[in-house]
Amino acid sequence: MKAAPFEYSRPSSVAEACELLTRDEDARIIAGGQTLVPMMAMRLARPTRLVDIARIPELAFIRDDSDAIVVGGATRQAALERHASLAARLPLLARALPWVGHAATRNRGTVGGSIANADPAAEIPLVLVTLDGSIRARSTRDDKVIAADDLFEGPMATALALDACLTEVRFPTWSHARMGSAFQEISARHGDFAYVSAAAQVALDGDGKCVACAIGVGGATAAPTRLKAASAALLGGRLDDAATREAIAAEIAALDIMIDPHASPAYRRRVAVTLAHRVVIAAHDEALSRTPA
Amino acid sequence: MKVSLTVNGETREIDAEPRLTLLDALRDHLRLTGCHTGCEHGVCGACTVLIDGAPARACLLFAVQADGLEITTIEGLAPAPGELSLVQDAFCETHAMQCGYCTPGMVLTAHALLRDNPAPTRDAIVDAISGNICRCTGYGQIVEAIELAARRLAGSNAPAKGDAA
Repeated sequence: MKAAPFEYSRPSSVAEACELLTRDEDARIIAGGQTLVPMMAMRLARPTRLVDIARIPELAFIRDDSDAIVVGGATRQAALERHASLAARLPLLARALPWVGHAATRNRGTVGGSIANADPAAEIPLVLVTLDGSIRARSTRDDKVIAADDLFEGPMATALALDACLTEVRFPTWSHARMGSAFQEISARHGDFAYVSAAAQVALDGDGKCVACAIGVGGATAAPTRLKAASAALLGGRLDDAATREAIAAEIAALDIMIDPHASPAYRRRVAVTLAHRVVIAAHDEALSRTPA
Repeated sequence: MKVSLTVNGETREIDAEPRLTLLDALRDHLRLTGCHTGCEHGVCGACTVLIDGAPARACLLFAVQADGLEITTIEGLAPAPGELSLVQDAFCETHAMQCGYCTPGMVLTAHALLRDNPAPTRDAIVDAISGNICRCTGYGQIVEAIELAARRLAGSNAPAKGDAA
C-alpha cells in the first residue's frame, strides 16, 4: 500500500498555504496526516499536492480567553490534552480527548485536522458541536468564522471551502460554580471508531435546578448532533431520571440514523438514547457534588 | 527531493519522493529494519518510532514531513553495541516476546511511557500499549516486562530520565 505520487510544499505562513491551495484545486492540506496518510495509502485519496501546515507557527497555540479556549488549527491533540487549564475550564473536552485514536496518533494528529476531516464518529467534532463552538477559516478570498452548527454537513463533508485553511477552533467555556460533564462511547475496542458516542455538560444553581445544559450524540448520525430540544426541555428542572430519558428519547426518535455493516440504525438509536441519558445523569451528579458559589 | 533525517542522533540526507513513508525511508534507505512493516495504515503499531521523544507511527508520516525532526528507532535504545536497554532486558527476562514482530514498537512505547511516568499503574501500561497489536505472545508478559522495567528503574541509582532514554 503506497500512496500515488504527489508534490509536497511546506509553507511558512497561512497566507502562503492559502496561495498554494488556490493555485491547484486538487491540492490538500496535511497537518498530522493520521487520517489522510492511510486514505492515500489505500488510494482513496489522491491529492496532486500536499500543503504541509504542521510547522506554521501561527497555527500552533492554545489561548485561554475569558469565555473560551481557542486552539490553533495545527495544534497537536496531545498538546491540548496536556494543557494546564483544560480539565478545569473544558472538562468535557478533557474527558473526550483520551478516546481520540491512541496516544501515538494523538502525538501527531491535530485538533483542526480532526474537525476538517469530519468523521461522524470523531470525538473532537462532537465536543465542538455540543458546546456550540466555532472555527475560523482563511482563504485568499476571505477570513470567516463558521459556527459548529453550520460546519458539519455529513460524513467527511464540511462547509469549509477546498482552498480554505482552518486556522483556529473556539471551544466555549462555562463559568458556573456547579458544573459537571461526562463523555461515553461504544466501539468494538477502545481506540476504534465509535458506533455511538455521547457528551453532556450540565450546570446547576445553588438549589440544584439546571441552569445550563448541553447534550450531543456522535457516530449515530451523519454529523455530530446537538440535542437542542432535549437540552431546552431540561432547563429549569432537576434532571430526574425519567424526565431526562424521555426528553432525550423524544428528540433522538426523530433523527436520521446512519446504517453501516457494524451496527443497524435500530441499535444505534437505542444506544444513543442510553448513552445520552447516562452522560446527562453523570454530568448532573458531578455538578451536584460541587459547592455552590 | 532531499530530506534530512536525524535518526538515533545521526543526521543523514536521503533523496526521496514525497510519497515515501518514513517507515520505508528507515528500512530501505537507512537499513534500519528494526522498524517493522505491518498494516501500513496506522492500525497495528509495529512501525512505532519516537519523534521528538513521542511515540508515532512511521507509516503515517511521509519522510519529507519528518525532515529535521529527532527520530529514535529500536536500534537507538541500547547504550552500546551488544548491550540492551533496561526495558529490552526486562522484555527478555519475562519472555515478553514470541515472534518478535511487535516488539520494537512495544519497547519504544514502553520507553516513552516510563520516561513520562516512571511508576505507571497496570491500567496506565495497558492504555499506553493499546495502540500496539501483539498476535502471539499475549499481552500479559508484555505488561509484566514493563512493570519489571519500572521497578528496576525506581531501584537504580542513575537518574530516571537518563535510564529510560
